[in-house]
Amino acid sequence: MPDGDLFDVAVVGGGVVGCAVARRFTLDGARTVLLERGADILSGASKANSALLHTGFDAPPASLEVACMQAGYREYLEIRERLNLPLLETGAMVVAWNEADRERLNAIEAQARQNGVDDVRRLTPAEVLAREPHLAPDTRGALLVPGEHVIDPWSAPLAYLTQAVENGARAVFGAEVTGGSFDGSEWALQTSKGPVRTGLVVNCAGLFGDILEQRLLGSAGFTIKPRKGQFVVFDKAAAAFLRTIILPVPNERTKGVVLTRTIFGNVLVGPTAEEQDDRDHAGVDEAVLRTLIAKAVAMVPALAGMPVTAVYAGLRPASERKEYRVSADAERRWISVGGIRSTGLTAALGLAAHVARLHADMKQKKDLQPLKNPVWPRMTNLAEHLERDWQKPDHGDIVCHCELVTRREIEAALNGPLPAGDVGGLKRRTRAGMGRCQGFYCQARVAALSEGRLADPLAVDACHD
Amino acid sequence: MLAMTETIATDVAIVGGGPAGIAAALVLRGRGVGRVTILEREADVGGVPRHCGHPPFGMREFGRVLTGPAYAQRLAEAARQAGVEIRTGLSVTALRPGARLDAMCAAGPVEIVAGRVILATGARESSRAARLISGDRPVGVITTGTLQHEVHIEKMLPFRRPVIVGTELVSLSAVATCRKAGIRPVAVIEAADRPTARRPLDLFPRLLGIPMHYRATIAEIRGRGRVEAIAIRLADGSMRELACDGVLLTGRFTPEAALVRPSHLVLDDGSGGPAIDQFGRCSDPSYFAAGNLLRPIETAGWSYREGARIGAMVADDLAGTLPPYVTTTTIVRGANVKLVVPQRLSASGHTGSLDSLQIRVDAATTGPLVARDGSQVLWCRHGRLLPERRILIPLSALQGPRAAGGTIIIEAAGSGSG
Ligand SMILES: Cc1cc2nc3c(=O)[nH]c(=O)nc-3n(C[C@H](O)[C@H](O)[C@H](O)COP(=O)(O)OP(=O)(O)OC[C@H]3O[C@@H](n4cnc5c(N)ncnc54)[C@H](O)[C@@H]3O)c2cc1C
Ligand SMILES: Cc1cc2nc3c(=O)[nH]c(=O)nc-3n(C[C@H](O)[C@H](O)[C@H](O)COP(=O)(O)OP(=O)(O)OC[C@H]3O[C@@H](n4cnc5c(N)ncnc54)[C@H](O)[C@@H]3O)c2cc1C
Repeated sequence: MPDGDLFDVAVVGGGVVGCAVARRFTLDGARTVLLERGADILSGASKANSALLHTGFDAPPASLEVACMQAGYREYLEIRERLNLPLLETGAMVVAWNEADRERLNAIEAQARQNGVDDVRRLTPAEVLAREPHLAPDTRGALLVPGEHVIDPWSAPLAYLTQAVENGARAVFGAEVTGGSFDGSEWALQTSKGPVRTGLVVNCAGLFGDILEQRLLGSAGFTIKPRKGQFVVFDKAAAAFLRTIILPVPNERTKGVVLTRTIFGNVLVGPTAEEQDDRDHAGVDEAVLRTLIAKAVAMVPALAGMPVTAVYAGLRPASERKEYRVSADAERRWISVGGIRSTGLTAALGLAAHVARLHADMKQKKDLQPLKNPVWPRMTNLAEHLERDWQKPDHGDIVCHCELVTRREIEAALNGPLPAGDVGGLKRRTRAGMGRCQGFYCQARVAALSEGRLADPLAVDACHD
Repeated sequence: MLAMTETIATDVAIVGGGPAGIAAALVLRGRGVGRVTILEREADVGGVPRHCGHPPFGMREFGRVLTGPAYAQRLAEAARQAGVEIRTGLSVTALRPGARLDAMCAAGPVEIVAGRVILATGARESSRAARLISGDRPVGVITTGTLQHEVHIEKMLPFRRPVIVGTELVSLSAVATCRKAGIRPVAVIEAADRPTARRPLDLFPRLLGIPMHYRATIAEIRGRGRVEAIAIRLADGSMRELACDGVLLTGRFTPEAALVRPSHLVLDDGSGGPAIDQFGRCSDPSYFAAGNLLRPIETAGWSYREGARIGAMVADDLAGTLPPYVTTTTIVRGANVKLVVPQRLSASGHTGSLDSLQIRVDAATTGPLVARDGSQVLWCRHGRLLPERRILIPLSALQGPRAAGGTIIIEAAGSGSG
């Protein structure tokens, strides 16, 4: 930790929101530090989601959430080519499976229009099946939302923070913020990596946002109520049966289960919505996974018997209210970005811009000068429909055969400005071990290539046999 | 996309340089086929035995007992001496109609144009995800294949005190590998009430002082970074937590059919591999398949002999002496039959085809295993049927004169398990 340095902004938390906020402040000219307690970014909610870039068609009208989602959506499309971030243009269909569903579509369509999503369109059952011939034939029609798309949920936040770091921000890992005090002009934060001085704290601690407030402000303005979502990822062969994102008609109880292709060429079904107290463990449950598989097969019967490639679960940092919990305390130079429950991947860039405005509204000691010529780092593309590293010459060789991950990609992920800090981080940067065999063929080599580089490494020791 | 940088033209392209692929290559060269090319994505040929650091391999092939790596080396040497062209570090990425393959090597993309293709990509163990195991998803949950590769090739230890799941033959290799590497398994757990591989697994772990739990299933894996414990559910319904730093999932093999599934070839749901006729021909007759890709799972020796058989049939096919590709009989799985290979019969009367149907049942039963055509029983055997045992039905029993388009049903409609 650089003792004594005074930062303009300390962003607590390296989830997708923290990464976007750190980027925004850096580009705006602030001396920025991001403090993450995990060994890598995406150690909390942001590591496991549905990876949909939402239009906000079904978000609460006139809410901060819909505003940030739509701003985030626009900015992602604006910047993605310069950062080499992929987009799989799928569109979505909210499919009605019974009469009650079909009636609900009217309200959903009205809400979409109210939210300014004007290109939605009703489809007859015949049109639905023409678009998705493998869908179960008993559909009652759908609402087409052409703007809903699929992205890479990991390269986006990595790009945001990489751009911040390449333009001068600092990112510190294994740095849990444990306490701190505000002396009327600056914060002295205590972290597990030493003290940090900063003029502003932005709380992007996700599932621990309320705990951070308790620790530093003495009380929390909201309470996190983790909500787990489990997923099943099918073999890539499943992608032949689906083009469009299939969304359910939400009812009072749940938003329901989505069936979608992933940008990596698989098909995923999920998430569930399960309230729990535990903020650390996002376990999967066999019985629940089986019901998800059954739901997928009910929607697309051809998925029966399709091999399962992966299963996972994520925790939504929901709060006791169904809204984002964003607030600014000008006195104490504190901004909280809390309760970013189920749309944060989409909204992150919009939230970052909103936070920058909240900051601008505070009384400033000095004005920030936006960077004139910021660096635009280019991410490694992992999307299946775009050119991958293995298709370019001199990649070393292929280490992970299922996902065609090259040695050059693995080496790059272990070096660079934001090297992988743990096994999950390496997988998310490269996809090594995330394919059909889940590491049967490649894990030993990945263990050797990553030796000494990762927290909780693949190998615990050398073997002297 | 870049332009294709290289084209390999060959009489026979063999995808996978394990025992099956090499055996096929040796026979083809022996029969005078000019260009026989093995395409192998690893740095060396030899297949899975390369990292099975234990005997017994090679008894039939080389007349002596070898360790896996020594056996793999012998195979590689034999292939080189026979003039087989070997391309390692070359990963086949797609199968195209008419024996054309897309592949990739370090220098760039490769296109293969062959007279015939033999698929011999082997089998692998099911992952934790495919088994839908509950709990956290920490580091330290691996399969035997990964363990052996890590210990014998990379010289690293994936854990020190794992729980071993399963009691198949490969579980024995797992125990042996652990022992050699100084890894001390905490326990072996098995869902059934007896070991899957009867001998010597009923004795071996006990001899090593490893506790065995039968009728025990994983309730949940626990751990944040690395595995910290697993909770198991015991026969009486009670739960027990075993502290450990890894989970070793053994067996539950599945063919490595990654190339077949998205391709034009018909995949058989029972075996998980490509559907073949008794000549090893896939649904595109320019493709053949051999070895553990055909079904989970046989030994290296079996795969080798099967590869040799199929190699001979490919040589016949190139010489124009193989019967035409016309399915005359479809073999259908009936009650309690997990898999049947081959799944189709073309015209009969050719010597040198595979000589039996390979059958596996889903659950242990006592009672007859029957092959019938409508109501006519063609073959029947009484006795105990166990899921881990291969059962063979001689093709000669099935190849009476029958109308084209016929169907033979294989069923094990016996009673009871346990
Ligand atoms: C099942 C599921 C499906 C979803 N699907 C979508 C979707 O399709 N589209 C979409 O847009 N959104 C989706 N989301 C929502 C999205 O994933 C979340 O809104 C987003 O990840 C929240 O990010 P965050 O940065 O606020 O929180 P987090 O990702 O939890 O980040 C907080 C970070 O702060 C760190 N931290 C916590 N306390 C401290 C401390 N004291 N000191 C230092 N660091 C600390 C944590 O380690 C963590 O890395 C989904 C979410 C889930 C769970
Ligand atoms: C962990 C483990 C332990 C075992 N222990 C024993 C034992 O003790 N005794 C025994 O008799 N048998 C054992 N077996 C079984 C053994 O694997 C088989 O008997 C034998 O290796 C099967 O031969 P094969 O040629 O069918 O496949 P493999 O040996 O698996 O060879 C397949 C080859 O194909 C290559 N390949 C796959 N896909 C591609 C592609 N797309 N492009 C290029 N190349 C590709 C692979 O790299 C591999 O080299 C074990 C198997 C495993 C997994």
